[in-house]
Amino acid sequence: MSRQYETVIGLEVHIELATRTKIFCGCSTAFGGAPNSHTCPVCTGMPGSLPVLNRRVVEHAVAVGLATNCRITQYCKFDRKNYFYPDNPQNYQISQLYLPICRDGWIEIGTAAGRRVVGIHEIHMEEDAGKLIHDEWEDCTLVDFNRSGVPLIEVVSEPDMRSAEEVIAFLEKLRLIVQYLGASDCKLQEGSMRADVNLSVREMGSGTFGTRTEMKNLNSFKAVTRAIEGERRRQIELLEEGRPVIQETRRWDDNKEYSYAMRSKEDARDYRYFPDPDLPPVVIDDAWIEAIRARQPELHEAKLARYQAEFGLPAYDAGILTSDKRLADLFEATTALCGRPKRVSNWLMVETMRLLREHERGADQLDFSPENLAKLIGLQERGVVNGTVAKRIFEIIFTEDIDPEAYVREHGLETVGDEGAIRRAVEAVMGANPQSVADYHGGKKKAMGFLVGQAMRAMGGRADPGAVNRIVRQMLEGDASGDLG
Amino acid sequence: MAERITGEMIEYVGILAKLALSEEEKAQAGRDMERMLGYIDLLNEVDTEGVDPMTHLFSVANVFREDVVTNGDGSEAVWAGAPGGVKEGGLKAPRTLE
Repeated sequence: MSRQYETVIGLEVHIELATRTKIFCGCSTAFGGAPNSHTCPVCTGMPGSLPVLNRRVVEHAVAVGLATNCRITQYCKFDRKNYFYPDNPQNYQISQLYLPICRDGWIEIGTAAGRRVVGIHEIHMEEDAGKLIHDEWEDCTLVDFNRSGVPLIEVVSEPDMRSAEEVIAFLEKLRLIVQYLGASDCKLQEGSMRADVNLSVREMGSGTFGTRTEMKNLNSFKAVTRAIEGERRRQIELLEEGRPVIQETRRWDDNKEYSYAMRSKEDARDYRYFPDPDLPPVVIDDAWIEAIRARQPELHEAKLARYQAEFGLPAYDAGILTSDKRLADLFEATTALCGRPKRVSNWLMVETMRLLREHERGADQLDFSPENLAKLIGLQERGVVNGTVAKRIFEIIFTEDIDPEAYVREHGLETVGDEGAIRRAVEAVMGANPQSVADYHGGKKKAMGFLVGQAMRAMGGRADPGAVNRIVRQMLEGDASGDLG
Repeated sequence: MAERITGEMIEYVGILAKLALSEEEKAQAGRDMERMLGYIDLLNEVDTEGVDPMTHLFSVANVFREDVVTNGDGSEAVWAGAPGGVKEGGLKAPRTLE
């Protein structure tokens, strides 16, 4: 390739807000209800129904705006975006075009090349559409309006990003901000955070933008990265062949690693926006903004610094523990219960991370209780269970959130420190493995490890390993001296 | 008054609104829209210097609901209005791409 190209990327990020009810009606937003069970005349667009705004939606949107350095639009209103599609029962989506609730913000991101600022053009409030499921059997579409009217904010960035790395850094940062605010759980896989990527390429040094395409259907950070790389390649190929890039919406197919032009929602992208006459304007006075600001919880960067200062954790550990709100909450709650931040950190950083990888789950899906982890740490500290047994119990806490104290009692897993019992087990093992005993005496000191292992196993892994080691050594040495004597 | 609503424009608006208009209806729609624009011309003659654009008919603001679930299962009512029938709780609609 002779020419050098630069990729210019802007994002539109839709985030489902963590409210109990929909944006304009009292229907539940709970995930997974029977199709069309969370519906009413408002969210199914019945004539004569009147939408009334959920106050929490405004508060979440303002909170996100403040945390991303936006200017709050103190007089804002809603508009109708008109289009026909089966997921949209009103034939319009209530959104904000003219006076979005937040404008002109920025987020600072960190990449390998250093820190950069990415501008936020605006954040607006809107309602989600229903869900369409294709029915293969009857070759029709089934419509479920449970999601229709679920509150969203759409965060529109400036076209300030130049690589997939910067896009991921932006999304990670935004996700942490919104999660920490409690405004959304931001699960890409479940669709509570969805990113559309606007991408164009231009020759390096050019002052004008190329024609951009918009890519949808990106439901993981990996998919975002692959889609950006794939679309950049596609557009450069077109330009190299002297063909134009067409401004269009494309759907990313992560399996085929290629994007396809989507049939547009209508023949033209003309949404004929106009003010929604059903919804009076929203006036956000200084006092309300200050009240929301005052409720703002500790955000990611503050937590990162505090974990190092207050708990003496290394920066790396603090980084991992704060990388997900759920993980940070677990860490803090468990530490408050047991007062052992380093031990809690170790359980979360090592065993929890290993199990998450094994179960292919994200930290946001952690669901065991801090009480049970704190109890386990207590059991180990008091010497009731040894490290091996603790790990075994932790796996069950991870999957089933059991009470480790009850579990240890029921399964008789207390560490056996009783010298007599250990001695009897070691005697039996030595009797059954004369070759190993002979090997030890013949100079193969490794044979002792085998005998220790066998003795531990004979005791169901519950013996105090220190005591077993000591007793095996004593008995081997005693045995040897006996021989010599 | 110059004709501002062209036949092409009526065609386009018809497509956007998903309306199939007869030739006669198109002509009528064109005349109606010309009259509407004429009314707007009249409004444009008023001096609105320093007046904020009106966003809502009534002088109310901040009409909110609290975030409390008040509605129960609404599926029966939704199903009753489904022209294509219901399958597994979903409303049947002609196949859409995407």
